[in-house]
Amino acid sequence: MDQLGALLRYEFVQNAYAAGFVIALVCGVVSRFVVARDMSFGVHALAELGFTGAAAFVLVGLSPVLGLLTGSSVTALFIGALGARASGRDTVVGVTMAFGLGLGVLFITLYPRYATEAFAILFGTITGVSRGDLALMVGIAIVTLVALALIYRPLSFATVDPEVAEARGVPVAALGIVFLLVMAAAVAEAVQVVGVLLILTLMITPGAAAERLTPRPGRAIAWSVGIALLCTLGGITLALVTNVPVSVFVTALSFASYLVARFAVGPRLRSDVRPSATAGA
Amino acid sequence: MATTGASARFEHVTLAYDGRAIWADLSLEIASGTFTAIIGPNGSGKTSLLRAVLGLVAPSAGRIEVLGHAPRRGDPAIGYVPQHSSFDRDLPLRGRDLVRFGIDGHRWGIGLGDGAAGARVERAIAEVEASAYASAPIGRLSGGEQQRLRIAQALAGDPRMLLCDEPLANLDLRHQQGIAELIARWRRNSGGSVLFVTHDINPILDVVDRVLFVVGGRWAAGTPAEILTSERLTELYRSHVDVVRVHDRIVVVGESTAAGLELEEPHHLPPTLVDHGAPR
Repeated sequence: MDQLGALLRYEFVQNAYAAGFVIALVCGVVSRFVVARDMSFGVHALAELGFTGAAAFVLVGLSPVLGLLTGSSVTALFIGALGARASGRDTVVGVTMAFGLGLGVLFITLYPRYATEAFAILFGTITGVSRGDLALMVGIAIVTLVALALIYRPLSFATVDPEVAEARGVPVAALGIVFLLVMAAAVAEAVQVVGVLLILTLMITPGAAAERLTPRPGRAIAWSVGIALLCTLGGITLALVTNVPVSVFVTALSFASYLVARFAVGPRLRSDVRPSATAGA
Repeated sequence: MATTGASARFEHVTLAYDGRAIWADLSLEIASGTFTAIIGPNGSGKTSLLRAVLGLVAPSAGRIEVLGHAPRRGDPAIGYVPQHSSFDRDLPLRGRDLVRFGIDGHRWGIGLGDGAAGARVERAIAEVEASAYASAPIGRLSGGEQQRLRIAQALAGDPRMLLCDEPLANLDLRHQQGIAELIARWRRNSGGSVLFVTHDINPILDVVDRVLFVVGGRWAAGTPAEILTSERLTELYRSHVDVVRVHDRIVVVGESTAAGLELEEPHHLPPTLVDHGAPR
């Protein structure tokens, strides 16, 4: 505990906690929609092509965070434009991802000192966040959360009930593309904590665990944010006191949350939601 | 223009899909307060007609008027009930959340703390007798229960017209009857009109006023007694068809599919005659 208190005086530690906090907020909310829309593969592609973007930006001496955001956003628009029909989306994502990663390999090869930076982006580097990075991340988070608040109702409607939503005049296809961009921003944030390769631990698991805990959509988002906060802040703390990379603890905490939600808490919390009188009707 | 008495009007309407005309020269008036069944084999363009009324597709020729104006996307005066499709078992969504979408799901923002909308949700749920399970996760409910909630969703916005696209598909006979009665009751109490796409007329035979039968782009409209005859359907299918009444059920039987027209309605084919004894 003393050790942690001493660490908290360092700016990089304060930056890590602050960044972890805003990242968890964004990921918690976004991951509910990622799970409900069944877009795990899309998240993965946005992250890997965010890596390509970061590699390209580092190559020309620009911020890797902006590179991530650019890479994932361009990919989001590309997938949105090509895969407007949901049925072919996985294929489009796969085709795009393969090409983009190839470019990433090219950029690494062109930049000889890339190894450390590449490792950071692939596996996470929360303790390397500068004040400037932090400001950028807070900015991205605010834009993302405001956008999500604005489209919350029609996006929820279009996610669970697209046919009726379309009949009620909801712009289902356009919302799909807007959500891809929201995902791109969330991916650029989450990569800071867990890196490209472990992105799903913050973008899928909190939302998946949350739906085991409540049948109410609003509460599911609250649970998801809570679990994301626990994993991120808990992971940073454990990493600081043990010197093991942060993604190790974030992934472990996130998996543990899912198991607890699914097998220990979930069944009890949800057992009374359905009156027995109508069972089997 | 005087539109009194008509809730929808089609004037020489042609609807095309992928460049192929699926409705040609449809002229029809749907009177207010009527229950119209749209019947025909799969792929005959029944859903396209509903999409045109909803303003989601424009006719390639002709004119459509709905409730006195051109079709408008998201017209709040139209309620829509889709075919039953199941929700994920773990989806965190209760029946009342689904119904709530029918009131303000299309609006921007988060929409917290609207007591009036909450009261309308409760009223709509009570109307379809779904209060007992409206708080359960929707994915855990039976098909019939989910369809009741979908009707509550469509009615929660107080529509003047209800469009139903195969709402009875995948339901067992008992639930088919229940859903058909709910819709008929709404029509009686509200004076609204119903456009009901189905491949089986039988569950709604008691409540339907008019039938629009479509086969391969050809159509015929009139009362069930006028349309559901061997002569009219033989003309439509261009292949010999018998309309038989058995135990209060109407069965359409085709002699062959050589003309390339298949009678795909499973309820019309002989095997289902075995379960005609189910309670009506």
